[in-house]
Amino acid sequence: MTIAVNPSQTGEPVFYVADEHPHPEGWSTSLGFWIYLMSDCLIFAILFATFGVLGGNYAAGPAPKDLFDLNLVAVNTSMLLLSSITYGFAMLTMQQNKVAQTQVWLAITGLFGLAFIGIELTEFAHMIHEGATPQRSAFLSAFFTLVGTHGLHVSCGLIWLVTLMVQVQKFGLIEANRRRLMCLSMFWHFLDVVWIGVFTFVYLLGVLR
Amino acid sequence: MSPDFLKLIFGRLGFESLPLHEPIVVGTFAVVALGGAALLGGLTYFRLWGYLWREWFTTVDHKRIGIMYMILGIVMLLRGFADALMMRGQQMLAFGGSEGYLNAHHYDQVFTAHGVIMIFFVAMPLVTGLMNYVVPLQIGARDVSFPFLNNFSFWMTVGGAVLVMASLFIGEFARTGWLAYPPLSNIGYSPDVGVDYYIWALQVAGVGTTLSGINLICTIVKLRCPGMTMMKMPVFTWTSLCTNVLIVASFPVLTVVLALLSLDRYVGTNFFTNDFGGSPMMYVNLIWIWGHPEVYILVLPAFGIFSEVTSTFSGKRLFGYTSMVYATVVITILSYLVWLHHFFTMGSGASVNSFFGITTMIISIPTGAKMFNWLFTMYRGRIRYELPMMWTIAFMLTFVIGGMTGVLLAVPPADFVLHNSLFLIAHFHNVIIGGVVFGAFAGITYWFPKAFGFKLDPFWGKLSFWFWVTGFYLAFMPLYVLGLMGVTRRLRVFDDPSLQIWFVIAAIGAFLVLLGIMCMLMQFAVSFLRREQLKDVTGDPWDARTLEWATSSPPPDYNFAFTPVVHDNDAWWDMKRRGYQRPLTGFRPIHMPSSTGTGIILAGLATAMGFGLIWYIWWLAAVSFIAMLVVGIGHTFNYHRDFDIPAEDVIRTEDARTKLLAGAK
Repeated sequence: MTIAVNPSQTGEPVFYVADEHPHPEGWSTSLGFWIYLMSDCLIFAILFATFGVLGGNYAAGPAPKDLFDLNLVAVNTSMLLLSSITYGFAMLTMQQNKVAQTQVWLAITGLFGLAFIGIELTEFAHMIHEGATPQRSAFLSAFFTLVGTHGLHVSCGLIWLVTLMVQVQKFGLIEANRRRLMCLSMFWHFLDVVWIGVFTFVYLLGVLR
Repeated sequence: MSPDFLKLIFGRLGFESLPLHEPIVVGTFAVVALGGAALLGGLTYFRLWGYLWREWFTTVDHKRIGIMYMILGIVMLLRGFADALMMRGQQMLAFGGSEGYLNAHHYDQVFTAHGVIMIFFVAMPLVTGLMNYVVPLQIGARDVSFPFLNNFSFWMTVGGAVLVMASLFIGEFARTGWLAYPPLSNIGYSPDVGVDYYIWALQVAGVGTTLSGINLICTIVKLRCPGMTMMKMPVFTWTSLCTNVLIVASFPVLTVVLALLSLDRYVGTNFFTNDFGGSPMMYVNLIWIWGHPEVYILVLPAFGIFSEVTSTFSGKRLFGYTSMVYATVVITILSYLVWLHHFFTMGSGASVNSFFGITTMIISIPTGAKMFNWLFTMYRGRIRYELPMMWTIAFMLTFVIGGMTGVLLAVPPADFVLHNSLFLIAHFHNVIIGGVVFGAFAGITYWFPKAFGFKLDPFWGKLSFWFWVTGFYLAFMPLYVLGLMGVTRRLRVFDDPSLQIWFVIAAIGAFLVLLGIMCMLMQFAVSFLRREQLKDVTGDPWDARTLEWATSSPPPDYNFAFTPVVHDNDAWWDMKRRGYQRPLTGFRPIHMPSSTGTGIILAGLATAMGFGLIWYIWWLAAVSFIAMLVVGIGHTFNYHRDFDIPAEDVIRTEDARTKLLAGAK
């Protein structure tokens, strides 16, 4: 709000806003969502730190080299990165007010996200089948928790995405829906960034270890 | 019915979970049940449920939510203090072969519950309540940034408190101490529900705290009225900002560490176990990375309150405003660099211990600067010794003692002697009671007339003050002595009869504090009865300086008929000095958020989910979780969350105030 706080023309100090307009809807939302994302980031930071401390404690169990299939992880990573790009396209079409195209891009994003979750679950199932359960060693506890928390976030993102698609369908690209799509966009890209950390520190460095 | 079927329905909950063999608990339950029934019956008889639901439970008004936080804090204070009295009594009696009156099972729950309740459900609600009430008024805003979230946060805090209270009568609470260190808190050593109550109570309340932190940061950053630059914000708003930054930057750590502990307990992972590569010390590190900022979360707003009170009752501008702000910010940052001083004895080595010892000592510098700022504010001021000022002076004397013993504990070699001794207990009660509790009381007496339109009765207030202050010194100074003699914390029985006298003195102190609390309750009752004599119609009973005193007491729903414009640090003082005329015409409709029941419903479901998880009632947990998703998503389909207060209503409210003000002259 830009309102002159200097003395008015008559020289009398102004102590209140006579011609007031309320803050536009969603005035604080993007700041609030950023702060939320940073608090979420801290959750991942602690999980990364935990993995950093416990990641080498195999307890005579399997180590990353025995478990990780980097090709599969590379495919999985590309699913998530592609979903970020398609979300970007959804935002571009949203700017142009094209409801149908936005919906299509959102749907594609959702499918990529679903594929990511599917591959991750397959990987988990495979590991557990081989006896590399979260209970087996501190390394595996930390691994499953860090990667699983990320997967849980993506799943929440998917639920959110579906909800927003319903809302866009029902109410169109109104201001509130645009703001929500923007927030989900930040969330989605944030998860991408976190995944790059997971890919690098957990998988790549794990195999090198 | 087969046992399997019962297990499916009730999890591990059964008749044997009720503590019927503990006469003290049964007696307490009888009293609470009778009192509760009387309260519920009264509410029903006077048909107050509809009113409470519409005007309070579903409200998004930051003022009402603030008041509800204060009520929660005061109610839980009674519970937490009852625990304190039980401990003081036990330690006073358990000498010369006597086992006292509490068995180990019960005593261990009492000291754990005391710590958890006092920090999470007394100090936090009192501090959050004051911030919620005062900050939007001080910055000339109509409400917080996210009013619905504010209501939700409050009810989540209540949900956590409900779980802690439930543990008293259904099952048991943790017997681990207030931070539930593993391996003791792990499933192997604490197989029953106590630690699970602890975990889920804190997780449910923690969601509320984090969200309210985000909310208040946004409020302060985005909703300040025109002219109020950052360096023109009242100091209480500044300390609130820093506190909420600390909340957002530390509570997620608590969330994670408790989640990892619950994975260890529920799934059988190995984060904090002794075998399979787990590390219990990592828990201790992580929880103190949250825990140390937490103590500053509590005390910074108290510093803000003392700043407001000192300058108001000295009739002077606050001395060294800028240095006060910087001191607050420096404390905020440093509070992240000291966590290891809670476990110097872990054996991190001399270099690590020296680093954390030095950072800890450095924190005393900005804190000391604040102390001098308050002293210089009082210097040559026209000091009025009203109750808020009395609490402030008691704080200044008490907190300096606590601060100095803290610096003493920050010396690693000294800490090896004093670690986990009663000296430590005396130290942190010295700073938390002397700082946070006295601060909350100063804040309550200072802003009470703003919230209710009448002052608190000074006679009962002063009586309460003197009981509290003398009681505090009698209760905790002996603990310093005992600590120096080597007595460790959390002991239930003692062998050495020469120690008994100190525990007797401490128990007398606790009894005096009890009188203090009773006088305070009496003060509320008497003030309510004498509200006509104690009435203040001006809205500014203390001749104060900041914006919250510019509006009526209690403020209208919309806080200010016109958003104020600020030119000075002490905005209201400046307005009074320069002949501000209250506007009498030109009122407009005011845009405000609408009430919603979603917050209380979601929090109720979260509490039910916590209860299901605690007792392994998996269907309850699953159903509540799904219901939470449905209600939460359903809420997002409501796009009409605000309304306009019609101009006629504003005119009616403001005209009534004009008449009152004319009558007052």
